[in-house]
Amino acid sequence: MPEFGFSISKGRTIDFDLLDSARTAALEGDDSGLIKCMDCGTCTATCSAGAFSDFSIRKIHTMFRRGQYDGVAEALSKCMLCGKCTLVCPRSVNLRHAIIRMRQTLRTSVPDDDDLRHYLNVL
Amino acid sequence: METISNNLHPTPPAHQRTLSASADQPEGLRPAFPAHQRYWNEYVKEIADDRYFYERSCIRQTFFPGSEAAFLKILRDELGKDIRDEVNQHTCTGIGYHSDIVPLETTMTIVARLFSLMTEAGYKNYVPSCVTSFGVFSEIVHKWEEQPALLEKTRELLFKATGREFEIPENIAHPSDIIYKFRNELKDKMKYRLVNRYTGRPLKVVDHIGCHYAKIFPEKGIGKAEFPHVLAGMVESWGGEVVDYPERRHCCGFGFRQYIIQENRGYSIANSKKKFESMEPYEPDFIVSNCPGCTMFLDKWQYVIAEMEHKTYDKEGYGIPSLTYEEMAGLLLGYDPWTLGLQLHQVQVEHLLDKIGIEYDPDDKYRAADGSLLPSPEKPNNLQV
Ligand code: SF4
Ligand code: SF4
Repeated sequence: MPEFGFSISKGRTIDFDLLDSARTAALEGDDSGLIKCMDCGTCTATCSAGAFSDFSIRKIHTMFRRGQYDGVAEALSKCMLCGKCTLVCPRSVNLRHAIIRMRQTLRTSVPDDDDLRHYLNVL
Repeated sequence: METISNNLHPTPPAHQRTLSASADQPEGLRPAFPAHQRYWNEYVKEIADDRYFYERSCIRQTFFPGSEAAFLKILRDELGKDIRDEVNQHTCTGIGYHSDIVPLETTMTIVARLFSLMTEAGYKNYVPSCVTSFGVFSEIVHKWEEQPALLEKTRELLFKATGREFEIPENIAHPSDIIYKFRNELKDKMKYRLVNRYTGRPLKVVDHIGCHYAKIFPEKGIGKAEFPHVLAGMVESWGGEVVDYPERRHCCGFGFRQYIIQENRGYSIANSKKKFESMEPYEPDFIVSNCPGCTMFLDKWQYVIAEMEHKTYDKEGYGIPSLTYEEMAGLLLGYDPWTLGLQLHQVQVEHLLDKIGIEYDPDDKYRAADGSLLPSPEKPNNLQV
């Protein structure tokens, strides 16, 4: 192949018909109130875990709500459950609760990774 | 005033027809046209009849060298129109302007110089070959209308720099508008139709309209941005069938900033790829575009995708030919494919010519004007030629 000096960027289209939103439906019925989220990012802005890394709790729960679960379990394991995001959310989303519920829901999807399962089990 | 064919003027449902002329309404209150017709009048465009001043495109002459010659031949020989091909013309600065390399004042002054050439030659209808130029002229004239001080400043800059003066054109139309306007006259002169001679069915054609044709100033395009009919009208009149695929309105990906910086070309090709993937299930016979960038990228990116991902978007691995509207018109009028410059395309067109039944001599493909044979280009690794 000739050297082109670039590669084909991956499309960012979200095809809702192809997404598996079964776990999302369970979370939306939960009392964390995540369904009220308006994606403002205040939670990410205050998050201690996100201050020095690319960990973004808004991105993570947005992906979860869309049914895009790839990498979400691993990302969620980085949260230290301090609850600062819950304090600042203008929509009163109980994010800490939602994070625990998302971890519980995703546990079964990482059967081969003991470390990750361990983190997801930490409530 | 040019109108759009009737399939774009559907009769609206009864509840939307309340304003239509109706026998129940007193005569004085009856509108002159039915409501849907008045509404669709917004989608038509004024296109001058004759006496055009042609401005060539910088990149079209490189990538599709036969297209502009074909347009001039069609207008002069087939339609008997007066069109001037000015020798002193120059760039409109479009690519530099959209890449933030050329400042607005420079672009306005250069546009003004082009208009001064038109004024000097005694023409009033401006016809820029390139869709980018068409967008630039529409934008600059719009700016002058909104801000007369800018127009005065431009007149002053042009006069100081060159001693020239200019008039704003009465009509600015893209060449595809003109071919569209006369599509039915041309149809009567055509030797071939957009029909597959093996199956007798209409050819499936993907029409792609350049973004700068009707997405910047929708009212400047036939059918505006929502129902662009300029190429679809030609295809339908000439026997083909337009493919209405999901990403039909999506940009081809050219976008000056994506393309000019090599590392950004991944964004450019991703857009074309999205379109190819979307059109692939419809098995189009070819793509026709009215913008130089679109025709080129929808052609050449097929080669790059084939090299990078071993993927082609037709069944046989040849790719989908990507033509300009002049090449499409020229082929149907019986012009020689090699004089039209089709050998310069990345995706080869012989399969398409065979489907339509167009006669050509394969031995003339790489023959120079003096009759000598030019060397054949290198073959790609994956795309069949
Ligand atoms: S702060 Fe609340 S509303 Fe804002 S993104 Fe986070 S969860 Fe959603
Ligand atoms: S609970 Fe987790 S996500 Fe929320 S602020 Fe603390 S570390 Fe960040």
